[in-house]
Amino acid sequence: MSVGLEHYLILSAILFSIGLYGALAKRNAIVILMSIEIMLSAVSIAMVAFSRYIVPLLLTGQVFVIFIMVVAAAEAAVGLAIIIAIYRSRETIDSTQIDLMKW
Amino acid sequence: MGLEIAFWILAATCIGAGLAVVLLRDVFRAALCLVLCFLMVAGIYVTLSADFLAAVQVLIYVGAISILIILAIMLTKGVQRGSLSSKLRIPAFVVAALFLGAVSFAMINTPWQLAGVAPLEPTTPALAGKLFGEGGFILPVEIAAVLLLAAILGAIILVREK
Repeated sequence: MSVGLEHYLILSAILFSIGLYGALAKRNAIVILMSIEIMLSAVSIAMVAFSRYIVPLLLTGQVFVIFIMVVAAAEAAVGLAIIIAIYRSRETIDSTQIDLMKW
Repeated sequence: MGLEIAFWILAATCIGAGLAVVLLRDVFRAALCLVLCFLMVAGIYVTLSADFLAAVQVLIYVGAISILIILAIMLTKGVQRGSLSSKLRIPAFVVAALFLGAVSFAMINTPWQLAGVAPLEPTTPALAGKLFGEGGFILPVEIAAVLLLAAILGAIILVREK
């Protein structure tokens, strides 16, 4: 059975769902951030697969993946900085207890 | 044939490591599984003949972002508490399963217009032409540089001791 576009897309969908479950169900803020990174990786796999199988000579999908990586790096740096700042002031990173702005 | 075997091994390891990230109680082990997942994603880029992206994936994700995450785990009390699930565990599972079903259904039933052309083999010169060349993505590249600078400054200011 030869591997085609659908296989990569299904792999990407499975990884995205794993990340979605983690981001919704976990209490530890760092684990939520890790789940978001998994979701971004899943989207990148889909982009590269589209680039490889639909427009193999244009490489636009790969350029987009480079920008996804830039944004993911910025997001990880700022997100972890926010988590550490919250930990300093509230002594917890449990996302169910960080409810200062809850109405 | 070798490509197929590589894809199945990489995909299985990648999904297993991703599941371990969200299911393990130990946050540090979850972070190590995340590193494994990123490495497998780099391997999947290789099977898609995206050589430059695979190298960048190893450098940025496996090298930099994992170190950042592990450092944050060390600086907080996540290791002692463990990674617990919230009350939303079952609704989250249902949402993720529904999403997976819907997206898989759409992906399998869409008639993709495949191009039967072989992919470019060394992608680095072509990518450089795309990013910096005429009619390319030079404006987003400049904006990305400004975004990275702003993010780094913001992170430094957020974690600075008062």
